[in-house]
Amino acid sequence: MLGFVARRLLYLVPVLIAVSLLTFLIASLLPGDLAYTILGDQATPEKVAALRQEMGLDQPIWVRYFGWLGNILQGDLGRSFRTGQTVLQAVTERLPISLELMVLAQVIALAIGVPLAIICAARSGGPFDRFMTGTAFGMLSVPTFLSAILLIYLFAVELRWLPATGYVPFGEDPAKNLRFMVLPALTLALAEWPGIMRVLRSDMIATLQEDYIALAKAKGLKASRILFVHALKPSSLTLVTITGINIGRLIGGAVIVETVFALPGIGRLLVGAIATRDLIILQGVVLLVGAGFVLINFIVDMLYAMLDPRIRHGRA
Amino acid sequence: MTESTLLSIEDVIVDLPTPRGNLRAVDRVDLTVGAGRTLGVVGESGCGKTMLSRAILQLLPKKAKLSGRVMFDGQSLLQLSPEKLRKLRGRSLAVVFQDPMTSLNPVLTIGTQLIETLQEHLELDMRAATKRSVELLAAVGIPAPEQRLTQYPHQLSGGMRQRVAIAIALSCEPKLLIADEPTTALDVTIQAQILDLLAREQRRRHMAMILITHDLGVVAGRTDEVAVMYAGRVVERAPTPALFKKMRMPYTEALLAALPKIDAAPHTPLPAISGRPPDPTRPLKGCSFSPRCRYAWAQCHVEKPRLEESDSPGHQFACFRPIDTSAGAGA
Repeated sequence: MLGFVARRLLYLVPVLIAVSLLTFLIASLLPGDLAYTILGDQATPEKVAALRQEMGLDQPIWVRYFGWLGNILQGDLGRSFRTGQTVLQAVTERLPISLELMVLAQVIALAIGVPLAIICAARSGGPFDRFMTGTAFGMLSVPTFLSAILLIYLFAVELRWLPATGYVPFGEDPAKNLRFMVLPALTLALAEWPGIMRVLRSDMIATLQEDYIALAKAKGLKASRILFVHALKPSSLTLVTITGINIGRLIGGAVIVETVFALPGIGRLLVGAIATRDLIILQGVVLLVGAGFVLINFIVDMLYAMLDPRIRHGRA
Repeated sequence: MTESTLLSIEDVIVDLPTPRGNLRAVDRVDLTVGAGRTLGVVGESGCGKTMLSRAILQLLPKKAKLSGRVMFDGQSLLQLSPEKLRKLRGRSLAVVFQDPMTSLNPVLTIGTQLIETLQEHLELDMRAATKRSVELLAAVGIPAPEQRLTQYPHQLSGGMRQRVAIAIALSCEPKLLIADEPTTALDVTIQAQILDLLAREQRRRHMAMILITHDLGVVAGRTDEVAVMYAGRVVERAPTPALFKKMRMPYTEALLAALPKIDAAPHTPLPAISGRPPDPTRPLKGCSFSPRCRYAWAQCHVEKPRLEESDSPGHQFACFRPIDTSAGAGA
């Protein structure tokens, strides 16, 4: 097991280097000169040249890349030329919001999707299964901004149970924080539970055809034990994968949801950085988000090995 | 139905709806198994032996239709509530499937798969169940049983896995064990070991057994009675010694002829049964075996022979042109 973990960790190194390279290239190749952006279009060529030299922009791209990489390895991701805030400050300020949103959304989506999938698989082809499969298909095609607005209309405008927009840090007032988070998280979960349900349902149906399920029945085990112990675990590999992808995607923030509900998360930080051409923030945040994504995938691999001993022992 | 009858199957029909029409997998089968006795069910692939075993266990595919009577230990299995049936399965009615590569759950340890059965039916605590699991694994000839408990099926060989499956089946001292081609998926060298193990445990535990196989050689020394199935029907049924002394149904003879013989000269061609079993969705009017039978005459093609008692007690066969072959003489 330890060797397996070490091997997987080793794979991360080239991936992270590739992520940093791509991030840097994309930011550098964007049209427009960073020095002009900072100084504004009234700047004199001398001033621009001076700033370029000061920032090292006149050096070849690979020198700049390794300089940037060297700084990162020392923990310095750079500093926004607009606000003066370092990348790390900006991210640590906003990441908890995006992470909280992501975790809540996943918990809600799994809490809806997994039980429904199990019930549908156990009674596949029945009326409940057909109804839920249809519903899930319908929900998949509802865009996030629409469900966000509908939820705001229902819970904030009509029922007045929850606030429509805004944010209070968790440390300040946990109860209030959760009230602000419920609707955004629900919006994301509504988009995700159908995928979870459909994937797990079809994997469960396939697993329930297996010989070992027939043997579990022949052993006289309770239906609940057959479903939850014998069938759920071998069926959940794809579920883990898509949950990992969902989480990875949401580390970069949920741009639409954060915008609609006015949550100051990573998504809005990124969009803001693009709008103001704050390249230092942009490349720093993209790098961190990319690293987070790679890390989540590493965790997914570890979960595979936990779920299926054949992967753990390097056989499948 | 005598006092000691454990299982009696009467007029059992299994119908499977398919896109090409109704498939009659099991066609009016009557069988009985006495307590502590062994019955061999023999036939080629697709003759309905597995469906028959699944019918007894009530583990047929969802769409299958089952009719007839299945009496087990004084209870009618077809009328039993799902909960009572569940308490019976694994407790007094156990099964070993054909392929140990697929019949054990790949993500659960051997120990879990043994212990859960014991805890379900015998209400043992964890320690007692673990102790009994070790004893069971040792009884089926698994070396280092304590260590096996924490291993997963893929860490064991095919023969070892089938031993584990047998240990699971034996765990609650069942009254009847159904072994559905328990050695077909295994290496030839392992087959005899597994069959001997089953025979030994059957005698030791005084449990009844149905041994399903396509190999007449397998049932020869290991069963009290043999039923030969063809196209969903029992075509010949007799006490094992009587059958091998005098087989009456040409299909049984053909099955025996298809076995390799140890005293045959090298490179002797193995006689195969020509043709294929009839399409089960298009039943024949006459005897199902008639298209492949070298003795068939006109009557065989238009009329279905019934399973009838012969002059020898307990020996039944369904044939208009019975033969008189002894296993010693071959075909």
